[in-house]
Amino acid sequence: MANAYFRLLAAQVRSQTQYRLSFALDLGFSTVLTSLDLVTLWVLFAVNDNLGGFGGKDVLLMVGIAAISFPIADLVVGNTEKLRFYVRSGLFDAVLLRPLSALGQLVAMDFAPRRVGRVVQGTAIYVVALAVAPVQWSAPVALLVVLAPLAGAVFFAAIFVAGATVAFWWIDSGEISNAFTYGGKDVAAYPMTVFGGLFRRVFAYGLGFAFVSYLPALAMLGKSDPLGTLDWLRWCSPLTSLIVATLAGLFWRSGVRHYRSTGS
Amino acid sequence: MIIQTSLLRKDFTVRKKVGRFRRTATVVSAVDGVSLSVAEGEMLGYIGPNGAGKSTTLKMLTGVLTPSGGTVSVCGLTPVPQRAQLARRIGVVFGQRSQLWWDLPLAESFSLLRHVYRVPAADHAARLTYCRALLDLDSFMDTPVRQLSLGQRMRGELTAALLHGPSVLFLDEPTIGLDVLSKQAVRSFLAEVATRGDTTVVLTTHDLADIEKLCRRLVVIDHGRIVHDGTLDELHAAYRSKRRVVADLDAAWPGLELPGAAVESVEADGFRVTLTLEGATAGEVVARLAQAVPLRDLSVQEPEIEDVVARLYKGASSAGTAAPADR
Repeated sequence: MANAYFRLLAAQVRSQTQYRLSFALDLGFSTVLTSLDLVTLWVLFAVNDNLGGFGGKDVLLMVGIAAISFPIADLVVGNTEKLRFYVRSGLFDAVLLRPLSALGQLVAMDFAPRRVGRVVQGTAIYVVALAVAPVQWSAPVALLVVLAPLAGAVFFAAIFVAGATVAFWWIDSGEISNAFTYGGKDVAAYPMTVFGGLFRRVFAYGLGFAFVSYLPALAMLGKSDPLGTLDWLRWCSPLTSLIVATLAGLFWRSGVRHYRSTGS
Repeated sequence: MIIQTSLLRKDFTVRKKVGRFRRTATVVSAVDGVSLSVAEGEMLGYIGPNGAGKSTTLKMLTGVLTPSGGTVSVCGLTPVPQRAQLARRIGVVFGQRSQLWWDLPLAESFSLLRHVYRVPAADHAARLTYCRALLDLDSFMDTPVRQLSLGQRMRGELTAALLHGPSVLFLDEPTIGLDVLSKQAVRSFLAEVATRGDTTVVLTTHDLADIEKLCRRLVVIDHGRIVHDGTLDELHAAYRSKRRVVADLDAAWPGLELPGAAVESVEADGFRVTLTLEGATAGEVVARLAQAVPLRDLSVQEPEIEDVVARLYKGASSAGTAAPADR
């Protein structure tokens, strides 16, 4: 079974390399853009070493978790945003006619290898952050250090999939889902203390973005949330990610059943 | 019964703008209570005018669309929850949608499909050899799909749909846009598939020649409802299709009354007249005609399925089904 998806993925990579110049430009631009992200980060800390009551090294850890988990999600399921195109053109029919999971095919069919670069960069930031920040090392913390980026990746993947699913009802949903995915990445990277009340309640705790890197980072640093979140919740990111992923899965399934195809 | 549907229905909500902010929603039944059963090995022609619900039915049978009501079973499976399982048992060619990989050579699409459907290598090779020979694929096996002509691509699609040895083959307008030769190639291939008898075929088309050449049974749908289900002969009988006599004259048509025949049209400045036979034999009509006017040429035309179907479509279109509901 996995073999079938792998073949689809390989075919996609081969198709992409058919257009060599375009592939090279893609890779080049995405590398440049990611480097710009790093410059932004550097400027931020050059200007101000205190962000929402946290020191630069603490924040770097939060940024690090988001910086590794988001690109993993983007690499694996970021291409689901192409769903709009498949739904609009009716090409999703062909996906549904194959004996494989529709989501799995979507992931394999539009796999973009150029996104691997960002995962590497994110990993580098995370490793540096772990070395620099005052992490209170213990067995549970070590486990969390490994699990938190994965849980974060699952969380973002769920947001990507849920955002794409909206296209089954509303074709022009691109900007909305970008607000939650790329916007969510930025929200997750900062201490929740920097955000205003309503926004914080909705995004950080309502939608769960605080669980991606803020709360796990607090647990690694051995700090309590100044906003009053219960201490044990800081360890719950794998659990919240599972819940969010399950909800996204149900939403996806309902979306597929609402697929209307196109004429003829 | 390999395909069985009962009161199958698909509703679409169509929103229309009225005024600046208000929108009305109209529920349109694209398929409105279709009950159909197809036996194993049958070749069924499924026809209807544009927008009649042909493709929608096919999409419900293949698990692409979720029915709004009624039941459907294909190969003993319910298409929507068992979509992936069903996909292994059916082959689908949608004329307007490609199953092939646009940027890859045809041969690579085929070998990908082998993995997607997990077909044993030997079976795959045997079926591919069969299709290559019958559909004459050899000259373009290594051409990227995007560079194939429509006729070549369609032959590739047919092969792709058959490589996993499906029990049911769904074809949605497989000859649309093809030239005469490609049409013939597709038809004779399908005829060959049908004679093997192990594949049930459901075919939608606007080209009634496809039906005449391939299908014994014909289902006509209009406004989402079945308006005819039977053989071609039964269709002709039900609609009392008439034979015609077309006569080219050496003088203008004087406007005769002929018993047992009706004047259908007078063309070419009165030098060509078309009569439909209503009771009289062709011989009688020709004899009377020859007495009355100087004849240059004559032909007797068998009823055309196009005419029958056109009448069928017109007759059925009075029964529209749109229930508006304000939302």
